[in-house]
Amino acid sequence: MATEDGSAIRAKNITVAFDGVTVLEDLNLDVRRGEVVGFVGPSGAGKSVLLRTIVGLNKRQAGRVEVLDEDLDKLNHRSRRELERRWGVLFQSGALFSSLTVAQNIEVPLLEHSKLPRDVVEEICALKIGLVGLPREAASKYPMELSGGMRKRAGLARALALDPEILFLDEPTAGLDPIGAAAFDELLRSLQRSLGITVFMVTHDLDSLYAVCDRIAVLGDKHVIVTGTVEDMQKQAHPWIHDYFHGPRGRAAKGAESA
Amino acid sequence: MVARCGKGVIDIGVEILESIAFLGLTTVSLTRVVAQPRQLRVPAIFYHMEQAGLNAIPIIALIAFLIGLVIAYQGAIQLRQFGAEIFVVYMVAVSVLRELGILLTAIVVAGRSGSAFTAQIGAIKINEEVDAMRTIGLDPMQVLVVPRVIALMIVLPLLGFVADVMGLIGGGVMSMIELGISPAQFIDRLGQSFAPWTLGTGLVKAPVFAAIIATTSCYMGMKVTGSSESLGKLTTRSVVHAIFAVIVADAVFSIFFAYIGI
Repeated sequence: MATEDGSAIRAKNITVAFDGVTVLEDLNLDVRRGEVVGFVGPSGAGKSVLLRTIVGLNKRQAGRVEVLDEDLDKLNHRSRRELERRWGVLFQSGALFSSLTVAQNIEVPLLEHSKLPRDVVEEICALKIGLVGLPREAASKYPMELSGGMRKRAGLARALALDPEILFLDEPTAGLDPIGAAAFDELLRSLQRSLGITVFMVTHDLDSLYAVCDRIAVLGDKHVIVTGTVEDMQKQAHPWIHDYFHGPRGRAAKGAESA
Repeated sequence: MVARCGKGVIDIGVEILESIAFLGLTTVSLTRVVAQPRQLRVPAIFYHMEQAGLNAIPIIALIAFLIGLVIAYQGAIQLRQFGAEIFVVYMVAVSVLRELGILLTAIVVAGRSGSAFTAQIGAIKINEEVDAMRTIGLDPMQVLVVPRVIALMIVLPLLGFVADVMGLIGGGVMSMIELGISPAQFIDRLGQSFAPWTLGTGLVKAPVFAAIIATTSCYMGMKVTGSSESLGKLTTRSVVHAIFAVIVADAVFSIFFAYIGI
């Protein structure tokens, strides 16, 4: 994945408001290729809004978003589709299509964006199901019949269907059991290492932050307060960041990491 | 109080504008399908045709049959005073074929399928599936709205025809019981009361009503945000608006037909 300037996501001066309430103001952000960036911040700080804005689901009042060197505002229909092929998004609830089975869900992006023959599509689908750690039987089940954690895995499998260059994850480990969450972290790590995927992850899971994130960005007061490694975060004086990383859970996660 | 009235008026205005915009969007999506038929989701169309059409036949047939009965009965009581019982046939034919058959069908379908469309699309919206479609590159209009609109435009005329036939049968049964008009006599009279456009004026309205119901309910479904409360509210509103719009459209049709004289 040769890059011109090594930037996967570049957001400049983004302002987003809903019904006159400003959620994000003059936000700047840079995510390098092949990097796993975790977004933390108090509830309601606009983490999900930022994610949705970058993939173009929210309107911006101002600012510019570039994903994989493509300016989101300058895309025509075709280049937009081209870009959609290169990213995968996992929503908070998994957002599986409820009228389709898990396998069909994973096939949707493949059928939409590629002209692969039927048997290859099925093979890729089976591969992805195995990759995210779902049992083989889950393929023919409907999302309704799955647990929350399994739905999330299926959502991830769908997001990975086209081997994206960027993965957007909205709270991927929330609602997973600790073992599942750890396996999820491990999976992300290995994907990032082997495929060089860039990961944009909104999370509250301190273990994930310690285990997989190269960098952490803290969102608050409508913009990115600070970015840096986990070690940088611990030195921050900002009260929320301090409480976050030095609270009882923060210490436990850190202990687990160094142990 | 004044402020609330003003806000209410503005909200109504905004909603009308938005529905017109949605109608435009639907039309664009429909024409896009004509240009690229490969995008058309045929299985979805058949699924909705079955749900909204085939499964609605029993209830629509029953309602139309009963309405036919009632009209014939009421007509018989009134017309008997003038000794003009035989005109009951004419009365049933005109009222069922021109107006009631298709109007009742549209109202039942608005209640049955309009609410279902809104609830389905609303639930899909709440579950972030619409967002997921957008990020994958599926057009929610093509996936969710177009198949429903096409399916309803196909089945509503068919259902209207079923209602017409059942309404006439109802009228015939009551004429036989109440007035002693034999089925053969009834059919004979029916043939005479048929103007060339009697059936046509009813059925030509059906696709229009179908388009109104489908776009209204899909629009309301797409408006659902976040909570299940908004889902319930918009489902109710979808049915009310659809029925209201259908009746307005029916009135417009009446004026139009009177104007061109059929």
